[in-house]
Amino acid sequence: MMQEGLDDGPDFLSEEDRGVSFFFPFLISVLSLSSYCVLCMCVSTLPNFKQNEFSVVRQHEEFIWLHDSFVENEEYAGYIIPPAPPKPDFDASREKLQKLGEGEGSMTKEEFTKMKQELEAEYLAIFKKTVAMHEVFLCRVAAHPVLRKDLNFHVFLEYNQDLSVRGKNKKEKLEDFFKNVVKSADGVLVAGVKDVDDFFEHEKTFLLEYHNRVKDASAKSDRMIRSHKSAADDINRIASTLYTLGTQDSTDLCKFFLKVSELFEKTRKIEARVAADEDLKLADLLKYYLRESQAAKDLLYRRGRALVDYENANKALDKARAKNKDVLQAETTQQVCCQKFEKISESAKQELIDFKTRRVAAFRKNLVELAELELKHAKGNLQLLHSCLGVLKGDT
Amino acid sequence: MAASSERSPPPFPDSEEPELLEDSDEGADAFTGTSISEMDSPSPDSTRPPKDIFNEPLEDIFSDPLSNINSEPQKKVDTKIPSPSSDEVVDLFSDPLDDDSEVISSPEVQNPMPDLLNEPVQAPKSDVLGEPPVHKNAARQQYIFEDPPKGSSKSSSVKKAASAELFGDEDEEDLFKELPKVVTKKPQPLGPPVDVFTEVKSDVKVKPQVKDDPTDLFTEEALTAPAPKPSASSSSSRTNGVHSEEHDLFSEATVELSLDSPRNDRKKKDAVKPSVSAPVAPVASSSSKAPSKTLEELEEEESEDTFDLNISVTNPEKVGDGMNAYMAYKVSTQTSLTMFRSKMFTVRRRFSDFLGLYEKLSEKHSQNGYIVPPPPEKSILGMTKVKVGKEDPSSAEFVERRRAALERYLQRVVSHPSLLQDPDVREFLEKEELPRAVSTQALSGAGFLKMLNKATDAVSKMTIKMNEQDVWFDEKIQDVENEEQHMRKLHIMVESLVNHRKELSGNTAVFAKSVAMLGSSEDNTALSRALSQLAEVEDRIEQIHQEKAANDFFTFSELLADYIRLLGAVKGCFDQRMKAWQRWQDAENMLQKKREAEAKLLWANKPDKLQQAKDEIAEWEAKVTQYEREFERISATVRKEVIRFDKEKARDFKRQIIKYLESLLNSQQQLIKYWEAFLPEAKAIA
Repeated sequence: MMQEGLDDGPDFLSEEDRGVSFFFPFLISVLSLSSYCVLCMCVSTLPNFKQNEFSVVRQHEEFIWLHDSFVENEEYAGYIIPPAPPKPDFDASREKLQKLGEGEGSMTKEEFTKMKQELEAEYLAIFKKTVAMHEVFLCRVAAHPVLRKDLNFHVFLEYNQDLSVRGKNKKEKLEDFFKNVVKSADGVLVAGVKDVDDFFEHEKTFLLEYHNRVKDASAKSDRMIRSHKSAADDINRIASTLYTLGTQDSTDLCKFFLKVSELFEKTRKIEARVAADEDLKLADLLKYYLRESQAAKDLLYRRGRALVDYENANKALDKARAKNKDVLQAETTQQVCCQKFEKISESAKQELIDFKTRRVAAFRKNLVELAELELKHAKGNLQLLHSCLGVLKGDT
Repeated sequence: MAASSERSPPPFPDSEEPELLEDSDEGADAFTGTSISEMDSPSPDSTRPPKDIFNEPLEDIFSDPLSNINSEPQKKVDTKIPSPSSDEVVDLFSDPLDDDSEVISSPEVQNPMPDLLNEPVQAPKSDVLGEPPVHKNAARQQYIFEDPPKGSSKSSSVKKAASAELFGDEDEEDLFKELPKVVTKKPQPLGPPVDVFTEVKSDVKVKPQVKDDPTDLFTEEALTAPAPKPSASSSSSRTNGVHSEEHDLFSEATVELSLDSPRNDRKKKDAVKPSVSAPVAPVASSSSKAPSKTLEELEEEESEDTFDLNISVTNPEKVGDGMNAYMAYKVSTQTSLTMFRSKMFTVRRRFSDFLGLYEKLSEKHSQNGYIVPPPPEKSILGMTKVKVGKEDPSSAEFVERRRAALERYLQRVVSHPSLLQDPDVREFLEKEELPRAVSTQALSGAGFLKMLNKATDAVSKMTIKMNEQDVWFDEKIQDVENEEQHMRKLHIMVESLVNHRKELSGNTAVFAKSVAMLGSSEDNTALSRALSQLAEVEDRIEQIHQEKAANDFFTFSELLADYIRLLGAVKGCFDQRMKAWQRWQDAENMLQKKREAEAKLLWANKPDKLQQAKDEIAEWEAKVTQYEREFERISATVRKEVIRFDKEKARDFKRQIIKYLESLLNSQQQLIKYWEAFLPEAKAIA
């Protein structure tokens, strides 16, 4: 029942050659949605892969593991770590599926098909979304000049067995939580430090603002799309009620109702597609940049942290010199901090510029696609209304 | 943006223009189309075109009774007159009309008309008022024509004599001889004379000198016809107010006809009784019943030549302050119907007046099985908001919604042929000051009483077990029940769509703002620009959604709400029919009891009480027949009303849904325009 709807999954997944391309054919264990798998197919011309073409099956947790391994690696402190894909949310669908199964007896055939359609459409949308998110993550990593050489990444792509990554247990989760609290408290402290570099100062204020606004826009777009979807669902229900009204009798009016019902049915499809496409092109874009800007903020935080460390090391060195005690040790610490800070600054600058170009390109691509899709749907709808009106008017 | 906006229009004219053209074409069809056809109809006097146009609806109304009555002999009680018959009317009209029009061009024939005309109405009659009597005359003449085939020798001889005396020419006699012949075959062709007479009337005015003698003869005849029922006419004139005369006379004629029609033949013995009892209450109804009954058969035509009565409810205004405040609406009527004093008039009415009108109408008509269109519900919450709130969008919406509902309500009332005849409707539309409608308040003693009545009705309805003999009714009741249920469901869905659209529009607006903010903080200029453009597009889309929501609501949801109410009224009609049936059954039972009592008395040999018992039996027999007839009448009326309602419903729904889809089409076009304008902006991001 589900799979048939998923067939048009791959059509939007075809990626242009970016050195590495990934294909995610539909290979999802539908029944256990939580531990779902993705088949990653990798075609690579890069020399450091053993083969040119290979594929593995990976779970969502493995993606998270890859991401975390990047974050934890000190080497990559100066880079914007590509944000991890969000956990797919199939809960709503599953709930509906359950309801559908329970209510099968009590519903009319008409309602059942309608529900099924709704569910399928919803499922398809979530599926597309999830696959796209995971793909974007891998593409980002693969496109990154440093990260793509990462050993873990290669293992992730090439090791054709289960990576046996376990999810974090409670203790680790708690640790993570505390780390986050400390980090955000620290972040406030660090953010208060005036930066010597204008570029970073500017980026910092920009990112702070940008992040908040993207967050806002993303939440709003979600709400907008949700109400769009419910409107589409309403249209669907109207169509089915009109249908029952139309089948009641065989008068002229009933035939009329049937035709209108048919129209509503088609309109519903279009409206639902519009909502789904807006979701895919707009909301997901915003959501992605919400995470990406968070990653950029993290980078700035790391740099700020390094700066503070460096300044502290400087102070410690001064103190040590004054006291003439542990000077050597302080000097090395100061050296290390200085090096670290400079390295981060250097790569961060490049990363932030990249971030900007990437963002612009992504927005361009998505907005163009959004406008084109909106146009396509609107024109389709117009066509539909035109022909329907023609038929109805011809009738009366 | 500039470039894009220049770019975008071209595709639209193509798609929009035909659309507009189509619309205007339709308009032409609806209005000028019919009027043109009317103009084309053989009307020789171009001197006063308006009259001709005005004649049209009346002609329908008046020629109608005849066709109905005439067709009755064929069909007896079976009142479901097939539409083909009415079509035939149209066809048949044309042939005899041509023949007649030649003949009638001779001046004598017209004479009867103006005279008769002047007889019932006062002599210095204006053109406008003069018309209906003409029809009535024609109707009566046809009545007279109709007699010969029936073999009532007296009237035919009178007529012969009249024609012989009056019209010496052979032509005339030919005409008259011809006509009855046609009558016997197909009664409908009788219609044409109406046409002809009215048309030539203007000629008559040029030659008034011939008037005199024909007058007498015809008036005599005319007088003999209505003679049996002076009481009815007088009482109805009392109820009908100023313009009553024409109306009365007309109704007289038709009532008369219906009494003579063979349908009532078997009840001839009771014929006296109703005429005696009629003046008490149902005079108005019986008089209005006759035309309406027949009108429905011409529904087809009626729907085409749109009702020449435009009512609009505008300018809702708050009057007063605080809790005593109320909304007054301007009710403007534009009509060419002659029953109104002028062609355009406006009155101010408050909501309770509308309710009062409904109360009056339903009191009078619903027991006869008419579907009285229900007014919009009273909404204490909404009104309180209006009273208290200053300029709240929701209260403005409420007022607009109510205004539109009231307008539709009034239009429904006047489009009902028999309700239009009601003096209260006219009074409502015309009279400057209307007595304050009482007992319409929701929270009053009367309101409470009404609720109580409703409750008892509901209970009694449950207790009445009617074994339905009529399959049609059985099915129809079931259908209406189902339909109402589905409509309710649909209404809920549409309401939820409206809510979601509103929500969507609100969310889109918020999103637009948010995107605008995002755009302002974006440091890439092209992207920032594109984002602010996107915000603009979303802003406009918000407008579209809002329009769509309003459209959903006003054209679709309100339509459904109206029809849910109307279906309630239809159900009320069925209930009235059931009540009539119940009355009949009760009387039947009573009669049975009386008969048993008589038998007992006979057995006991008590001659003194026997006479009394016999009287009682006779009384109850009469009652039974009366109730039975009432039931039959109400069944017939309900049936016609429901058929009429169905037709109207189909028309309404088609019109409204097409309108709805058209507006959807428009918003879709706008949407395309906006996105097309945005596309180059998105592409311009570098």
